[in-house]
Amino acid sequence: MTTAAEPLPRRHRGSAATRLWAFVRHHTLTFFGVLALAYLMLPIVVVIVFSFNDPAGRYNYTWEGFTTEHWTNPFGPPFLGDAVKTSIEVALIATLVATVLGTLVAMALVRYHFRGRGATNFLIFVPLTAPEIVLGASLLTLFLNLGTALGFWTIVLAHIMFCISFVVVTVRARLVGFDRHVEEAAADLGANEWVTFLRITLPLIAPGILAGALLAFSLSIDDFVITSFNSGTTTTFPLFVWSAAQRGVPAEVNVIGTMIFGVAIVLMLANVLWQYRRTPKGAV
Amino acid sequence: MSFLHRHSWLTPYLLLAPGIAFLVLFFVVPLYYLGYTSLQEGTVQVGYTFNWAWDNYTSAFSTYREQFFRSLQYAGIATILALLISYPLTYWIAFRGGRWKNLLLLFIIAPFFVTYLIRTLAWQNILADDGFVVGVLQALGIVADDGRLLATSTAVIAGITYNFLPFMALPLYVALEQIDPRLIEAAKDLYSSSTKAFLRVTLPLSMPGVIAGTLLTFIPAAGDFINAELLGTPNQAMIGNVIQSKFLEITDYGQAAAMSVILMAVILLLIAVYTRILGTERMAG
Repeated sequence: MTTAAEPLPRRHRGSAATRLWAFVRHHTLTFFGVLALAYLMLPIVVVIVFSFNDPAGRYNYTWEGFTTEHWTNPFGPPFLGDAVKTSIEVALIATLVATVLGTLVAMALVRYHFRGRGATNFLIFVPLTAPEIVLGASLLTLFLNLGTALGFWTIVLAHIMFCISFVVVTVRARLVGFDRHVEEAAADLGANEWVTFLRITLPLIAPGILAGALLAFSLSIDDFVITSFNSGTTTTFPLFVWSAAQRGVPAEVNVIGTMIFGVAIVLMLANVLWQYRRTPKGAV
Repeated sequence: MSFLHRHSWLTPYLLLAPGIAFLVLFFVVPLYYLGYTSLQEGTVQVGYTFNWAWDNYTSAFSTYREQFFRSLQYAGIATILALLISYPLTYWIAFRGGRWKNLLLLFIIAPFFVTYLIRTLAWQNILADDGFVVGVLQALGIVADDGRLLATSTAVIAGITYNFLPFMALPLYVALEQIDPRLIEAAKDLYSSSTKAFLRVTLPLSMPGVIAGTLLTFIPAAGDFINAELLGTPNQAMIGNVIQSKFLEITDYGQAAAMSVILMAVILLLIAVYTRILGTERMAG
């Protein structure tokens, strides 16, 4: 990848010294880029490697020896399996609701001109920029003042809330390039609005919706800060990791972290490959 | 649908209604309750009453001034570091990535796919006292022989930089990728040096990305408490740590809410000043 072609042919102007300087600079950038990527990958490698560690005591800090024991029974430690199950349930419900609500908002924003458009954009934008701790804390004060019992459903409500804006932004980005003539063509050929929506519009915007849903799911399953404020005694996977961090994190946590990473990477790679296939050569 | 047809002006509002109602109920209304709670006094035992307790604000600020300023300081340093790392990296991908661009971009967002807490715990391993990083730095004399990285402000800032770097890199990449390389080529044709072409063409054109990236990095960094908790000690506590423990451990809701409001206000103020200096139009898009 370091030999990737220049966008334009390089100019060989000037003396050998300037050419040498250009060569050094060119490769300095490549060297820095590779180094920065290595830095980004380092903790990921550590997580994966330590999922095979055989820790001597409670602390999975130093490399002691290779074992696949944690991979054979990743949900072994007490409460870990339940926490993962809760996380997946929350993420599924939150993703479903946030994707539907967010897609509808995105369609309204892209396809219609209406009063209150600016205010709507603002309302979508602000949750994206507010610090998570403020989002979590303010929701907690709502539930405290209303006397709502904290637990599974308050977590779900919180997750839907912070996922909506991300879905809107993602789906909107994909909707902008949508060619409405195809819909008009369907209508001209006698399809009613529902048929047009189901047979034409939906399949065309499906990749955008899917991207929004995947983003919502990964945000939900990863969220710790907002969840910690609204969970009561319910434990999600990140909450389990947090409390385990005080007394030594079992290596099984690394196994599950690696699994989540693996699934996400496979989905993302599939998405990238899909884009390569859909995009004509040279237009990327 | 025939109803929609007759009242087509209603359609956008019907599409918006559920999502916007949800955001109003669970984002706007809670902010009101945050302000309301910040003026309450009381304890878990006797309950909390609203009595315009402005005292919560003055005492929160005077007691935790240190943590406030530390948060802004750590977040500021981490933002600058993230910019210094991300700019060359995304420049490299945008201009030299060729057909590998999307794949290289995947490397930048890959850390997001490892649970936040787990990747921060990985930094515990990396920076541990008997880890190789400390060993190398000790051998080089950068860290004293009895010195350490874990439980220092260096570790906390390093953790924050790492965790929020993708927020910097992605908008930067988008801005750099949109720059037409022919513009830089044109500058060089007009006898501009590479440095000058960068300063006069590339850098100004990438400013929207720099602005968006620094804001998207600084804001969550200033409110973060996970890095200070897992990589630091109480001596590195940030305002997020105080808010978190006041809400969830000490149940001093009034003061905790007041601190959240101050944090939000400081951040909004900084955004306003920052965008005023660097130009606002580009923000909205």
